[in-house]
Amino acid sequence: MKNILELQDISFARDNKDILNHINLTIDTHKFIAITGPNGSGKSTLAKIIMGIQKPDSGKILFNGKDITNLDIDERARLGIGFAFQQPVTFKGITVRDMIELSAGEPISMAKVCDYLSDVGLCAKEYVNREVNARLSGGELKRIEIAMLEAKKSKLTIFDEPEAGIDLWSFNSLISVFEKLHDLTKGSIIVISHQEKILNIADEIVLLVDGKIADIGNKEKILPQLVSSRPKNCKLIHKEGI
Amino acid sequence: MDLIEKNLLKEIADIEETPMGAYNIRENGKGIARNTTKNIDIVTKTDKPGIDIIIKENTQNESVHIPVIITQAGLTDVVYNDFYIGKNADVVIVAGCGIHNSSCETSEHDGIHTFYLEEGAKVKYIEKHYGEGDGNGKKILNPQTILHLKKGSSLEMETVQIKGVDSTIRETKAFLEEDTNLVVTEKILTHGEQTAKTIFDVELSGENSSTKVTSRSIAKEHSYQEFVSNVKGNTKCFGHVECDAIIMDQGRVVAIPRIEANNLEANLIHEAAIGKIAGDQLIKLMSLGLTEQQAEEQIINGFLK
Repeated sequence: MKNILELQDISFARDNKDILNHINLTIDTHKFIAITGPNGSGKSTLAKIIMGIQKPDSGKILFNGKDITNLDIDERARLGIGFAFQQPVTFKGITVRDMIELSAGEPISMAKVCDYLSDVGLCAKEYVNREVNARLSGGELKRIEIAMLEAKKSKLTIFDEPEAGIDLWSFNSLISVFEKLHDLTKGSIIVISHQEKILNIADEIVLLVDGKIADIGNKEKILPQLVSSRPKNCKLIHKEGI
Repeated sequence: MDLIEKNLLKEIADIEETPMGAYNIRENGKGIARNTTKNIDIVTKTDKPGIDIIIKENTQNESVHIPVIITQAGLTDVVYNDFYIGKNADVVIVAGCGIHNSSCETSEHDGIHTFYLEEGAKVKYIEKHYGEGDGNGKKILNPQTILHLKKGSSLEMETVQIKGVDSTIRETKAFLEEDTNLVVTEKILTHGEQTAKTIFDVELSGENSSTKVTSRSIAKEHSYQEFVSNVKGNTKCFGHVECDAIIMDQGRVVAIPRIEANNLEANLIHEAAIGKIAGDQLIKLMSLGLTEQQAEEQIINGFLK
């Protein structure tokens, strides 16, 4: 199958406002796609619609050729879609190890858990038995979230603004996690981002403006549009660490 | 001992065979088995039902099991157990009560446990309550725990009631002297029409005494829980009470915190939170492939872990 995901004429409105307006998008297998655009352009809603967290008002979603429009979140997850939340969720009593094992879908060795945590720059010994609760910082939670998606090894992984809140961690490491995951799963990755470094490594950039796809193309085509349209349309971030 | 009795013992005290160390097993209001050790003596009271557990000073790494099981319907068993923990002893005490009631009569156990910790003593006290049986008869457990901690002593108490107890009123009173520490962790799950009330009264009267009381509870279906805590800081001390509850279905929870600082150096904190399972927690776990029901179970298991 050449296409892993196909969005057909997806629309979504709330409070009389069109958030997504007739979106048509096809994502090929083994691609790294970045979705960018101004705040409020519908990027996160689009990501949630792919995962099933929001249901579109109209349109169709095909995953590996199968219509998943009416499937629930867990059914999509089991088919092979993964989602890293922009604001990671906290729990009481559930440890980092528990979450990584739940993501992997099976018990895994301590060494493997440690590998995932090391990949996101966390000292495994310090974190493995800690609860994924609000005592962890936003940056720590974000990295654990990314480690979980690495453990899940989905055919399609969506990262919703993974750079937001990440502090004191080399941005290059985040990119290596994407690359590792991309190689390992031979699947596709969708990253919602404003980060120039992420946009730079994407095979394709989707520019979303006012709930519509304004353009799709490689960085040479899209990046100049972002720069020229700032600050009205987009906050393009050049910083090394965020 | 038949299968029902063996199962009750396993549920409340994790005992499958004869326990190691000192023990006293009480069944239907009577002691049925006992073992003492060189350092731990168990003596039957003569003035009222119950036993004295006497632990010699400097006893290290020994344990005492004192489970109670009730299989006789219509029985109300009241028992007074006093624990005398010698200086610098370090022991684990496992108590608990299991009721099997398949009749329509009420079975009730009221255990009044009083602990006297001498200087430097250290105790881990584990108490589990469990009920089973398909009759209409109520299974009622009303434990009272009274703790006296002398200078430098510490006690860690873990209480768990997960299943089958129709009604409970659990009272814990603690009196802390200088340099003492009390940690209490309570976990309760109620369902059906069950009710549970817990009352914590802690007096921090010795300088540098401290306590941390954590209650995690889940009220499902039509059950009702009440959490009452009252921590008094009478000197330089630290107290932290945390009540965290999840409500499901038509479950109800009331939390009544009270902290009282009677000294400028008293540092007391109370935190209470009651709410349903957060929707984003379910979504997160479902996005990992768990069904909604599995996600809910995972959240509850973690919460009560």
